[in-house]
Amino acid sequence: MSVLVVVECDKGEVKKSSLEVASYGAQVAAQLGTTATAIAVGEANEANLAKLGEQGISKVLYDAEPRLKDFVNNAYTKLIATAAEQEQAQIIVLANSNIGAAVGSRLSVRLKASLATNVVDLPKTDGGQFVVKRGAFSGKAFADMVLSGDRKIIAVKKNSIEAQHEAGKTAEVSSFSAQLSEADFADAPKQVVMQDQAGGVLLPEAERVVSGGRGLKGPENWHLIEDLAKALGAATACSKPVSDVDWRPHHEHVGQTGITVSPNLYIACGISGAIQHLAGVNSSKVIVVINKDPEAPFFKAADYGIVGDVFEVLPKLTAAVKELS
Amino acid sequence: MKFLVCISNVPDTTTKITFTPDNKEFNKAGVQFVINPWDEYALTRAIELKEAAGSGTVTVLNVGEADTEPNIRKALAIGADDAIRVNAFPQDAYFVAEQIAAVAKEGGYDVILMGKESIDYNGFQVHGMVGEMLGIPTVAPAMKLDMSGNTATLEREIEGGKEIVQVNTPFVASCQQPMCEPRIPNMRGIMTARTKPLKVVQPVGEPALTKVTEYALPPKKQGVKLIPAESAGDLIKLLRNEAKVI
Repeated sequence: MSVLVVVECDKGEVKKSSLEVASYGAQVAAQLGTTATAIAVGEANEANLAKLGEQGISKVLYDAEPRLKDFVNNAYTKLIATAAEQEQAQIIVLANSNIGAAVGSRLSVRLKASLATNVVDLPKTDGGQFVVKRGAFSGKAFADMVLSGDRKIIAVKKNSIEAQHEAGKTAEVSSFSAQLSEADFADAPKQVVMQDQAGGVLLPEAERVVSGGRGLKGPENWHLIEDLAKALGAATACSKPVSDVDWRPHHEHVGQTGITVSPNLYIACGISGAIQHLAGVNSSKVIVVINKDPEAPFFKAADYGIVGDVFEVLPKLTAAVKELS
Repeated sequence: MKFLVCISNVPDTTTKITFTPDNKEFNKAGVQFVINPWDEYALTRAIELKEAAGSGTVTVLNVGEADTEPNIRKALAIGADDAIRVNAFPQDAYFVAEQIAAVAKEGGYDVILMGKESIDYNGFQVHGMVGEMLGIPTVAPAMKLDMSGNTATLEREIEGGKEIVQVNTPFVASCQQPMCEPRIPNMRGIMTARTKPLKVVQPVGEPALTKVTEYALPPKKQGVKLIPAESAGDLIKLLRNEAKVI
C-alpha cells in the first residue's frame, strides 16, 4: 500500500498547487506509515521533479511521451490508473484543478474509489474511519466527509495547505510507461490558447489578489487595479456585475458562480460584498475592503478597511508598495 | 439529436447557510430552491442547439425527491420537451452519476449536458463519472459548445487559457459561462409546461462510497480595522508588519 500524488507541470515547473498536493500526500503517507510516490503530468523537467523530495516524495514516475504535454482526459486517466496499480496505491491525491477534477472523477469510477474534492485539511484517521474536511455551499460552509471505499481519491483545494520544504532532499525520478495507444489520445485538444496574463500571475494559483467592482465605474479605469496588482505581484479579479457587462473577462469573475479563491491577501476595491461574492472569497486569509460607502456589507467580512474613494486610495496604495521595495 | 440535461435543485444564491442543531443536515427551513445556476447554461444551450437544428428533443433529468418538481416544471417552462425524475435523495456524486448513466443508457441520448458543479455540494465530479460509466468522452468545464452533424466543437477552460476540443456523439459536457445567456420562462412556456410529460423512475445501483457526517460554518472575522483614507499608505505597512502577507 502507498500514496500516489499527481503533480501537474507547466513549462518544466511543478505548479504551486501541485507542491501543496505533494506535501499533502507525503503527510498522509507518514500518518499511515507508508511512502508517497508522485506521477508527473504535463511538460516536466527531471531536475525539478527530483526536487519534490523537499516535499517528502520518495519517488517520481515520469512518462516522457510528448503527447502528454497537453491535457488529454483519457490518456491522463489511464496513465494515473496504471501508476496506481503498479504502486498499489490506496490513496491518490491531486489538485482540485480543472485537470484534477476531470481525471479524478473518471479514476474514481475506474478504480471504485471514494472521491472527495475541494478538500481543505489533512484527513483524520483515528477510530478506523477516514474523514476529510471539504468546502461546501460555495465557500459558505465546510463538511466532514467519511470516505468508506478501500481506495480513496482526494482533490486538495488550492492554497489551503502550506507546502513543506525540507531543503536538500531529492526524490528518485524513474521513467514510466502506461503503454498508451492512439485511441487514448482520441480526445486530445485540437488547439490550446493561452490568455494574456497581465503581470503573469494566474488567478486560481495566486497568493495575492486585487479585485475590482462596479465602483471602478468602467473598464478604462482598470489600470488602477492593474498597477496595484503589479506592484504586489498579485493577480487581478472582478465581481460578477463587472464580468456580466464585459468590463472584464469571465475567467476573472470571483464569487459563488465564478471561481472561489483562497489567497493570503484579497483586496476588494469598489465591491459592496453581496453574499454571492463573499462566498467566493471568504476563505482568503486576509481581506482588505476599500469602499466609499461605510455601510457596504463587505466591511463586516474584512480584516482591514478604508472608507474612501477608490480613485484616490488606489494610487496611494500603489505608491506605498513601491516605496517598500 | 437527443439532449439529456441534468439539473440539480439547490438553495438560491442569496441563501444564508445554516444547519440543523446537530450540524448533520442543511437547514431547509425558509430556503428558496432554484435550478443550479450552472445547469441553466446547459439547459439553455441544449434548447438553442435543438432550435438551430430544427429537430431533436431536450429531456431534463433530476435526481431528487418530490419537492424538486417545481424546478423541473420550471425547466420545462424554459423549453425542455419532457422530464425524468429519479425518485431518490442525491446521496453523493457517485450515486447521482449512476442514476444519470442508467437513464442515459436506456434513452440512447446523444449529448448529455450539465452544469460545471452544483453550488451546494461543489463536487465538480458527476460529469466525469458519467462519462467513465458510459465509456464516452467528457469535456469539462466547457465555455462554448457548437454542433455540426454528430461532431461537437467545444472550448474547455484550463488554468490560464482554453483548449479547443472536438468530440463525436455521444459525449458528456459540463457547462459554464459564457456559453449562453440563460433563459427565463415566458407565460406561454409556463402554461405548456403543466402538461409536458414528467416521468418518475426508481433509483438503481450500488450504495454511495462517501457520507457527510458533519457540517460547520467558517470562523467569524474578528472585526475590521479601519484606516483613514488620508493615510491609506499605512495599510501597506500593516499588511507587511502585522498581517505579514506582503
